[in-house]
Amino acid sequence: MLQTKALQYTYDGHNQLHFPDIDCKKGEQWLLLGQSGSGKTTLLHLLGGLLSPNTGVVNIDGTNIASLKGSALDRFRGQRVGIIFQKPHFVKSLTVEENLLLAQQLAGAPASKSRIRELLERLNVGHKSRSKPDRLSAGEQQRVAIARALVNQPAIILADEPTSALDDVNCNEVIHLLEEQAAAVSATLLVVTHDSRLKAAFRNQIQLSSLQGNPS
Amino acid sequence: MSLFQLSWKNLTNKPLSLALNLILFALGTGLISLLLLLSTQLQEKFDKNLAGIDLVIGAKGSPLQLILCSMYHVDTPTGNISIKEAKPFMRQGHPLIKLAVPLSMGDNYENYRIVGTTHDILSLYNAEVKEGKKWEKTWEATIGAAVAADLGLKIGDQFQSSHGFASDMDMAHDGDFVVVGILKPNGSVVDQLILTNTQTIWAVHEHAAEAISDTIIAHDAHADDFKPLIEYEDREITSLLIQFKSRNYMTLNMGRSINENTDMQAAMPAFEINRLYANMGVGVDALQALAFAIILVSGLSIFISLFSSLKERRYELALMRVMGASRSRLFFLIILEGLLLAVLGCVLGLLLSHGGMTILSGFMKDAYRYAFSGWVFLKEEWILLAAALGIGIIAAVIPAIMAGKTDISNTLAEG
Repeated sequence: MLQTKALQYTYDGHNQLHFPDIDCKKGEQWLLLGQSGSGKTTLLHLLGGLLSPNTGVVNIDGTNIASLKGSALDRFRGQRVGIIFQKPHFVKSLTVEENLLLAQQLAGAPASKSRIRELLERLNVGHKSRSKPDRLSAGEQQRVAIARALVNQPAIILADEPTSALDDVNCNEVIHLLEEQAAAVSATLLVVTHDSRLKAAFRNQIQLSSLQGNPS
Repeated sequence: MSLFQLSWKNLTNKPLSLALNLILFALGTGLISLLLLLSTQLQEKFDKNLAGIDLVIGAKGSPLQLILCSMYHVDTPTGNISIKEAKPFMRQGHPLIKLAVPLSMGDNYENYRIVGTTHDILSLYNAEVKEGKKWEKTWEATIGAAVAADLGLKIGDQFQSSHGFASDMDMAHDGDFVVVGILKPNGSVVDQLILTNTQTIWAVHEHAAEAISDTIIAHDAHADDFKPLIEYEDREITSLLIQFKSRNYMTLNMGRSINENTDMQAAMPAFEINRLYANMGVGVDALQALAFAIILVSGLSIFISLFSSLKERRYELALMRVMGASRSRLFFLIILEGLLLAVLGCVLGLLLSHGGMTILSGFMKDAYRYAFSGWVFLKEEWILLAAALGIGIIAAVIPAIMAGKTDISNTLAEG
């Protein structure tokens, strides 16, 4: 489902990052652990096609994403990859529901308010669907961000430090929800974090070494 | 959630900035549109009231004043001329003159000017009687359509004139006018006039003179109604509107010779009105330059607000890319926001100018003797709208390119 081979990325011309090969099967849930500066976010962006590697290959669902160009890559990402960021951001002028509608529309999926309502209910934020995102608490925002990543039933869900801004209670809840919802759409889940609270929750783990090439 | 809806929501999410941009744009376009409306309608009315009049003969003084008074009825007369002197031009069968219409002024009723003249004035302005008949006897009046509508005068109604050109009860003359006819509205200055014969104007002032000298003599109004005007050599009229059979060097010389050899002056309407346009043009040009400056500033204001909103929305835009939006989609989103601002501002400005024109026309009617219309659309306004579209696009294009170039990875990594 998600495979990488010999991924390498160079910052500023000389700071080289080498990444271990990854091979996640459909429906598997993985934890990618690494300290700050180990290139976690870079790896996640490479996997999501937000960055292109200097060398190496990323395969998602049998497609080498380097073969997709421009808007085709954008469309592919919108349909197949759900990304959850450390800090949940939204289109501020839209309500929670409209943000999810936008996610459907941008990915070229048909608008389905019932799907959105069902998803928000399942994530326990159904009552906030008509609120502006900045009226929500941090926990609620992260749940809406999960809903947005799930709304197009992606093949892969990438989460970048989804819990670092949350307290223990919210942290457990969010991770639990992520696992549960990824399983519900049988998506492959990859969580990138330095948060050791999550270690216990994942069977499959990859450790990024903190010294790669020449980190500054 | 279409691109259009999204850009609209982005705009309305910042109501203050939206209002500022719209007001600025509306001010600029509204001012230009108002100037266009005013100058074209003024010009239209002026041209219409040229009515084929080639020459105006009146007392010496400002030629423009003579024209404005005799043709547009907005200024006071330069004085009077004696029929004895004007006689050569009033005679039937003059080789060059087709029509000579005498005008006698000096009175009004409720601010509408009473003009003593002959029936020839109707053919000059192509006016026709709608109800009743043309004035024949002394004290009979045929009134313009606007006068009838405004004052609610009907056939058979009586009224008293007052001296001068502004309504003033203390200056009321005695002697009752009788409305015998109402003209069809034709958009010319005749709509705003009360027409009667020349003798009536004389009679009114004779009356006044008698009242002052306190020697009340029975007024024999009807005795000489049908005596041709040129036989009253000792009487005066205000001016004479002349239409030539054809224009040639002889008609050109006629004006010059009147100015050089008589106590009267001859003014050419086309010439004087062009001079007036030229003078007016300076003011219009200055206002237009101001309006263009406002539009320029409002374009700049759209640019600045889009540009600064980009900084706030960097993450949002990167996020949209992650969700599947292409670069071109972000580009068009910002362009659309600029376009929406400009078009809405322009439409608001047009509404303001046309609404303002409707209100202004009420005041302008008294000053210019014409009704202006607020709900006339000019083709220049389409150009204005097209220009607004252009400004919207130009103001948005740099922010839009920047939005399209948003570096997703860098932006998101900053969090």
